[in-house]
Order: sequence, then structure tokens, then C-alpha cells
Amino acid sequence: MATSSKVIRSTTASRVFAVVALLVVIVLATVPKWADVSTVRKLVDLLILIALAQMWNLLAGFAGVVSVGQQAFVGIGAYGMVVFVNNLGFGLYTSIFISALVAALISIPMGLIAFRLRGSYFAIGSWVLAEVVRLAAKANNSVGGGSGASIKVAGYSAASRSQNVYWIALIVGVGAVALTYALLRSGLGLQLQAIRDNEGGARGLGANVYRTRFVLWVVVAFWTALAGATFYTKSLRVQPDQSFSVVSWTAPIIFMVVIGGIGSIEGPIIGAIAYWFFRERFGNSPEYYAMALGLLAVGVALFLQRGVWGIIRRRFDLQLFPVRRRLSVTTEEKVSP
Amino acid sequence: MAWVNAIVQGILLGGLYAVLATGLSVGFGVMRLTNLAHGDMAILAAFMAFSISTSFKISPLVALLVILPGAFVFGLLLQRFVFDRLIGGDPSLQIVATFGLSIVIQNGLKKKYTADTRGLNLGKLATRSIRITKGLTIGVLPLITFLCGVGVLVLLALFLSRTKMGRAFRATSDDPDTAQLMGVDKRRVYATATGITMLTVALAGVLYGAKSSFDPFIGPATLIFAFEAVIIGGLGSLWGTLAGGIALGVAQAIGLKINAGYGELAGHALFLGVLATRPRGMFGKLDNR
Repeated sequence: MATSSKVIRSTTASRVFAVVALLVVIVLATVPKWADVSTVRKLVDLLILIALAQMWNLLAGFAGVVSVGQQAFVGIGAYGMVVFVNNLGFGLYTSIFISALVAALISIPMGLIAFRLRGSYFAIGSWVLAEVVRLAAKANNSVGGGSGASIKVAGYSAASRSQNVYWIALIVGVGAVALTYALLRSGLGLQLQAIRDNEGGARGLGANVYRTRFVLWVVVAFWTALAGATFYTKSLRVQPDQSFSVVSWTAPIIFMVVIGGIGSIEGPIIGAIAYWFFRERFGNSPEYYAMALGLLAVGVALFLQRGVWGIIRRRFDLQLFPVRRRLSVTTEEKVSP
Repeated sequence: MAWVNAIVQGILLGGLYAVLATGLSVGFGVMRLTNLAHGDMAILAAFMAFSISTSFKISPLVALLVILPGAFVFGLLLQRFVFDRLIGGDPSLQIVATFGLSIVIQNGLKKKYTADTRGLNLGKLATRSIRITKGLTIGVLPLITFLCGVGVLVLLALFLSRTKMGRAFRATSDDPDTAQLMGVDKRRVYATATGITMLTVALAGVLYGAKSSFDPFIGPATLIFAFEAVIIGGLGSLWGTLAGGIALGVAQAIGLKINAGYGELAGHALFLGVLATRPRGMFGKLDNR
């Protein structure tokens, strides 16, 4: 009896999907050329939501680091725009990138403190840190204090700004997915998934749990701020209580990821699209929409831990973004003479 | 004298934070469960007291006679239908589920009571005070709140050290599986623990509402104060929780005295300072897991 085994990473479905995804991205890139302004703005929202959801999922779903303080980085991105564009006179689009870099820098001391806590205590600790950043922004009059500020866009035509913001959002949204995919297929991703499945075992085999989580925390802070800065380059009005709001940012992020399916790349995308689609329809009763999402998240956490994508994956054995390594064993029986 | 006054007010405020924090401490100590809707449930109790006292024209403190038993039963149900599935599982699911509850409560309260701020009307009690010396007066209400805080902790300490159920609590906290083998009914312990937690949460909520005005979205702030008190005091120590609450109250009072916008910030600064230098808090026994 001979047994041959090989590690399988991609499947036919995932290869077909890669082609389809590429076509979708190409079509999305042409949107500003043929769609009206309001559609373009709505798609910016969607792309930002996908980026935020994907980044939170990278931390929570793959590294087991559940943060309730991601609004800190959205807000730092927003305030970075106020500081660099309004106060220092930098260009609008370079400021998006610089703001994200600043967020990554700030995330280092934040992480050093927050990572002293674990599990649900880390969650509340990250929330406190976000509150500190909000209160600090509120107390600072050079960025408008309690009432905030508007990002200055004099000198940029509305039409070109709308287009450029859209393309940046496309890079941020699609980039978040690509980055997650690339990270998970790398050695870091292998460590992450090993840590998630069995922390002690992974440690024993040489995975540096602390360093891996920390690197990810900083990367996620950078990309979350990138999304935040891009969003506020569209909406322009920056206010401390809104830009650093857990209810406006981290709550929907968590709901999107959990309902879509935590711990997968597909889940947050599904969750973000669903959240964005239904938000339009329930816009006139936001309280009921928030309550429904909250209840749904509780239900998913209690009964359906892998969310919508979990059902689909189980039903069809589908993996569109192949990040797992699967062992395929084939056994041939030799007929003895 | 103004500074002494601020510090005394801070100490009294600390009693309230200690009541808020006790529930968090018990939930974590016995069940390794953190409820992110803790603060929202306290505010829910404050709104209940508001409704009962306005519709029956009674003091919100009398309304506690209805609210406290109700909170205990609510705790039993919460344990039975929600927490039971979360205990011992993936911590991220605990966070997601209780965070979901938090958002549900906030928006439910907003729908029912609008986003306006409310206050509990305590009549003369709210303004009565005791004059100690010139420039130093102690409000009767803050004093009652503080004594409630100390009282709750004393009762809890007695319960844990003197009763059979208290022993079962401690055993389950140390090792749930072995405790179960020794005849402790784990689910009963968890249900009682959640019931007691909700008692303290409801009491804290009503006391909070008596002290200051509240709105449907203030819950997370109270959760954060409770959490800070627990961490500053150190996990696993009841008296540490009281000390943590007082330290937080004093820090906030001093911050507030320096600048109206610095109250909360000073409390957070103390919390971060403790976390950076003494991660186990002042009297901590447990790791911050």
C-alpha cells in the first residue's frame, strides 16, 4: 500500500474566483468615469467599511486580539488631515499617507500599554486608550477643541477630488483584502494561525506570540488610519465625539465582521456589503437597525460562531482566498500477486 | 481647603466606583467573564428608577425595593440564556456578545426615553449636607453612596468567607472542574454570581443616577470607570477594588479641580500609570488574564 501526500493551497474555485475578483476590481476602477457623484460617494463608504472590517478581523479573527479601540486610529487619521492640511499646509493626498504613518507611530506606545492586558481586559483597555486620545483631541484648541474642524480643500476642484478620493478608497479597500491575504500566506500568517489554534503549542514550536501580535497591531493601526483619513477627505468635517466614536466606528466594524464570519477573508467583505446595503434601507430608524445588528451579533456569537461565510463554506466546501494549507492524502492499494 | 474638599469628594465618589466595580470583579473572578454591557445595565437600572419614581410619585431610593429583586432575577436569566454559552469559551465571543447587548440596550433606551439627559429627583436629600469645618462640607447623598459601597463590599466579603455558597464561589474561581467533582453545582454558582453581580450593578446604577444626570449612551463611560477601579486596585482583591475606586475618584476630583476638561483624563492617566508600572494593581493577586 503506497501513500502519497501533498500540501494543497489553491483550488479550482479559488483560481476561478481570482480571475473574477480581478475583473471586478477593473470595473470598480472605471466607476468615476461613468457613474454619478452620489454613487461614487456611496462606493467610497463601502470600500472604507471593507478596509476597516478586514483590518479588525485580521487582529481579532486571526491573531486573537480583540480591540474595542479601533476608533482611535480612525480618529487619528481624521485629525492627521486637520493637522497636516490645515495647520501645516501639506497636500491633501500626501497627508492621508502621512496621517496613517503617524497613527502607526502612536500605536506603538499604545500597544506597549494595552498588551499588558489580555483577552477581554485588553478589549476594555484599548477602549480606554481610545478615550484618552479623544479627550486629548478635544482639549486641544489648535485642532478645534470640542467642536472640531473642517479639512481645507480650497484649490482642489470638487470633481477631481471626488474621483481621486474614490481611487484612493479603492486602493485602501482592495489593498486591505490583498494585504490580509498576503500576510496570511506568509510565514507570519502561518504563525498567526498556529497561535490562534493552540497558543501554547505554537509557542513551543518557536512562534513569538508577543512580537507577531504587536507587528500586526501596528500594521492594522496604519491601515485603519489610512481608511479613516480617506473617509474624512470625502466628508471633510472632523469632530472629536464623532471621529473617535465607538458607536459610529468600532460597533459597526465588529458587527460586520462577526455576522459575515470572523476568521475568514470572505466574511468581513460579505458583512461590510450587507451592512452598507441595509443601512441605506433602514436609514430612517437607526436605533432599530443598531438593535437588530446587536441582537444578530449576540445570536451569531452564541449559536453560529463562523457567521454567514461559515455556513457557505460548510455547505459547499468553498475557499475563495486560500490561506489554509490542506493535506491531501491519496492511497493506492497494490494488488498482491 | 479647596483641595482637601476636592479630595474628600473624590473619596466619596470612589465608593460609587467600588460598587460599580464589584460586579465586574465578581464576574471575572468566579466565571472569567467580562460583561461589556455592565455599564449599560447599570444605566438601564437608573432609567427604571426614573420611570418607577415618576409614575408612582415615590423616591427613586424606594424604587430600589422593586429594582433590586428584579435585577437578581434578570441576572439569573442572563446567566441561563446568554452567559452560560460563553463561559469557558473563546474570549472574543464573550466580547462580541456582550458588546452586542450593550448596543441593544443603548439604542433601546434611546428609542424609549430619547437621547435627553435625565436625573433622579431625590428631593431635599440631594442638597442636604453636613458642615465639617469652614470650607469643607460633605453632602449627605455622596456619604450615603460611599457607605453603600463599603457596605456592599463588607457583605460580599462575609458572604465569600462565611457561607457555604461563598466557599463554592471561591472553589469554582480556583478550579471549576475540580470544584464540580467535589459536589459544587457549577451552574448554580454561576447563576448566583450573575444574580449578585446584577444586584450590585442595579444599586450602582441608581446611585449613579442620583449623583449625576444620565443619558442612554453614558453606560460605556461607567463600564470604563468600573474597569479602571478594578485594574488600579488589582484583580482578585475586594478591598483592592475599594481602594482602586477611591484612587480613581480622587484622581478625577483633582483633575477636575485643575481644569474642567481634565477630570476623566486624570482618571485615565492614573489607570495607565498603574498599568505601566504595576500591572497587577495595588493589591492584585491574579494575572490580568
